[in-house]
Amino acid sequence: MGSSNSSVNNIPNAQELMQETGFSAAHILRLHERFEFLDKHKCGQLRPQDFGAVQELALNPIGDSIISAFFSPGQETVDFASFVRILAHFRPTDRNQSRDGAQQEPANSSIRKLKFAFQMYDQDRDGKISRAELLQVLRAMLGIQVTEEQLQSIAERAIQEADLDRDDAISFDEFRKSLEKVDIDHKMSIRFLR
Amino acid sequence: WILGVFFMFLLLFLCCVGGKCELQESKPAPQTNLPTVKPFPNEAQAFPNEERASLPVFTMDYPRIQVPFEFTLWVLLASFAKIGFHIYHKITIWIPESCLLITIGLIVGAIMHAVKEEPPAVLSSNVFFLYMLPPIVLDSGYFIPTRPFFENIGTVLWYAVVGTLWNSIGIGLSLFAICQFEVFGLQDISLQENLLFASIISAVDPVAALNVFEDIGVNEQMYIVIFGEGLFNDAVTVALSSMFTFLADMPIVESTDVFLGVARFFVVAAGGVLFGLLFGFVAAFTTRFTHNVRQIEPLFVFMYSYLAYLGAECFSISSVLAIVTCAITMKYYVEENVSQRSCTTIRHVVKMLATVSETLIFFFLGVVTITITEHEWNWAYIMFTLLFAFIWRGIGILVLTQIINPFRTIQFNFKDQFGLAYGGLRGAICFALVFTLPDTINRKNLFVTASIAIIIVTVFIQGISIRPIVEYINIRRTNKDLHTINVEVHTRVMEHVVCGIEDLCGQWSHYYWKDKFKKFNDRILRRILLRDNRAESSIVSLYKKLELQNAIELLDTPMGDLSAAPSMVSLHDERKEASRPKKMFLTADVRKMHDILSKNMYKIRQKTMAYTNKYNLPDDSRTREILIRRHASIRRSVRASSFREPSEQNIPKSQKYYSLQPGGDLETAFALRRRSHGDGLQFSGASPHSSSRSLVPMRKLNTIKESGTVLDERGPGSLGGSSLRGRRAPVPASRRRSSDWVDEDPTDSERTGERDEPVRPPQLPPPRGWLPENQDPGGNEAGNPLLRHSSKGS
Repeated sequence: MGSSNSSVNNIPNAQELMQETGFSAAHILRLHERFEFLDKHKCGQLRPQDFGAVQELALNPIGDSIISAFFSPGQETVDFASFVRILAHFRPTDRNQSRDGAQQEPANSSIRKLKFAFQMYDQDRDGKISRAELLQVLRAMLGIQVTEEQLQSIAERAIQEADLDRDDAISFDEFRKSLEKVDIDHKMSIRFLR
Repeated sequence: WILGVFFMFLLLFLCCVGGKCELQESKPAPQTNLPTVKPFPNEAQAFPNEERASLPVFTMDYPRIQVPFEFTLWVLLASFAKIGFHIYHKITIWIPESCLLITIGLIVGAIMHAVKEEPPAVLSSNVFFLYMLPPIVLDSGYFIPTRPFFENIGTVLWYAVVGTLWNSIGIGLSLFAICQFEVFGLQDISLQENLLFASIISAVDPVAALNVFEDIGVNEQMYIVIFGEGLFNDAVTVALSSMFTFLADMPIVESTDVFLGVARFFVVAAGGVLFGLLFGFVAAFTTRFTHNVRQIEPLFVFMYSYLAYLGAECFSISSVLAIVTCAITMKYYVEENVSQRSCTTIRHVVKMLATVSETLIFFFLGVVTITITEHEWNWAYIMFTLLFAFIWRGIGILVLTQIINPFRTIQFNFKDQFGLAYGGLRGAICFALVFTLPDTINRKNLFVTASIAIIIVTVFIQGISIRPIVEYINIRRTNKDLHTINVEVHTRVMEHVVCGIEDLCGQWSHYYWKDKFKKFNDRILRRILLRDNRAESSIVSLYKKLELQNAIELLDTPMGDLSAAPSMVSLHDERKEASRPKKMFLTADVRKMHDILSKNMYKIRQKTMAYTNKYNLPDDSRTREILIRRHASIRRSVRASSFREPSEQNIPKSQKYYSLQPGGDLETAFALRRRSHGDGLQFSGASPHSSSRSLVPMRKLNTIKESGTVLDERGPGSLGGSSLRGRRAPVPASRRRSSDWVDEDPTDSERTGERDEPVRPPQLPPPRGWLPENQDPGGNEAGNPLLRHSSKGS
């Protein structure tokens, strides 16, 4: 179970992926094994039902949103490269990383992480979290004891707090502003993907 | 309240009467029942003649039933006590159940003492170890959260074994040092006896602490460490105490003995585990063939685990380990082999037996405390024992944590350590062990008194105070930042996301061994031990279980409205969106919102699934909720537009979308539907691989209301009760035409005609019928929770 370079090279575009995402060869290998495990039909692509087969994901209140975030608009399947790219968002940020302006934004920057979180709400990818979308997520996250009115008030309050340009929706910038005190890097990182 | 107390007194009275009757009945009994016996023929008066002739119409033979009768009465009494304090919920939050039980026991003991009644002499060594301990341990082992347990097994064993050893030796030596002081008059307690006593009172029983931790929501690692420690130090304590008992008899202890002791410990531990594994596998294998004798399936679980326990006792190896290992091994395979009902039965019976056992023990503790006449109270010994117990545990946890923290991925900070140390309450095991010490130990009474004192002190003081203290510590942590609603919601969303992604990646930390075991499991073990070795994806089995368990319950609970209400009101809300005036919120409102959020937001994965309260069955109501929600909410995918069906005139304006889980194959893409209003009611088509047992999960009704009011619009029949009935029989997978689905809809369309949006049928294979196993006549309606609420609304 080591990072034998030969097996990594069996994976198409492994080197590019490593470059782009910052994953080590061992991680790429590991992810590839996981990908193949999930890909029950061995067709090299993942479909939503393959994601759905992960039990814990089914029990996640926003599991559906997470799954759909893997699929870009118009796509029905996810190949390994996209899979890895999305997972790369969750790498812990390297604090010492120095970037010059010319370099592309790394996959695991705070902005990227925030964008992923934003996508949980903004399912239709129009760049704004509408009240309905917010309500939907809230509803999924709260138990059934919460009445509809309470939900409405909470959503209302949330929009009031964040919505600066009064368009009754939360744009990505407003979203980011509302979370400026939160340590995004810490919250949206998975330790073992370092 | 009053009822409980009344019942208690009634039973107590019965007990006393029963006890007294026993003495009186024994004389007339032989005479009335054996009229032919003539002990004193010379003294025969008119009496015996008459007696001989007449048939006894009313006799009472108490001694015959005495033992089972009194046992039943005691159990009932203890159970009434439990009913009593659950009537008032708040009490159990602040005062742990063990406290209450001991209190009741004390009261009963006081009463008995007042009427000069003897407590039943049932708490002998045999009774305890053979009858009372196994259910408790079986319960712990059966409901252990296996994943966190195995992930943290090193830590758990470290704390359990080394920690207990540390505590025992530390306390023993300190007490021995104290005993050396002549002023206390304890000179005659030898080192072995001290060590023996110390090993007994190191047995930690953190049940009360566990309840508090679970309510507060401590992290998983801490919970599992305390849980595992409580479980395994039973084993260690029992082994240690038997070893020290043996040694206590010997005048001199040599170093070879110590060495042998260590070796024996390993034999005991390994032997127990092997025994457990053996019986576990045999049990699993047996259940493979029980599909024709479903009624006795639960029996196997109990018999095999009890056999494992007894076998281990026979060989003097760790019976606790044996039964725990047996339970862990068995559970996984047995729960796949047996029927749903047997599964439920097993769980309930395990819990019931364990609760009864534990209740009885605490109860007896209370009773015995008062009625025992040979208490020996020695201030010095007891005070010092308390002191040392506390000190050594605290130091022990500190030192052990320092050593093991570097090896852990998630480390214990000081708050965790404090929680661990303070959660070290003593409990039932301690009492039973000390009570069953051999009488050769000349200071046994002192030991008994001391342990009772320690148990009572720790259970009451630590048990009651741990909740405020832990809450206090936690509260200080979270009050530092004043979150906005946004932050609170978004951070929780992010936590869920991270959990979800972690789950998606699979378990990485101990990947290698787990993977190897999984391969071994799938390839060999499952084939042998499971009757039905289709590699079902775990979601299927989980869905199955939840569905079967909850299908009917849904009708009876408000959750039946779960799937309907949200959708409907969301649309409702949309309509009003534009016209809603800007609402101003007071701080009180905001605080209330925070309150609602913190109480009702689903906790992230570990907390949802893993925890079990010792006195209750695992609570998967939240899991249920989430699953149902997920079923009900239609999965949104960005490919909405590509799934539009141009026209389905046969399904005009019916707004009822049935989200059915086809058990069939998933080659057809599952559908999404997006309403043009963007309220996002869609299908969840996620369905795992086929199993011939298909699932029909929740059906969701989207009723769109034109005008405000809620549920009553959709006529009852329109909910497709009729169409559901048509789907009763399992539908072969080959039928994929959506036309089948379409056929059933026209019936609906007639009843409702008001919608203006085009309806796009899903491209799902037609819905399957009920699971074949579900034979309930109510099954049909059960499938549609909304059927019920529609009838409510009509």
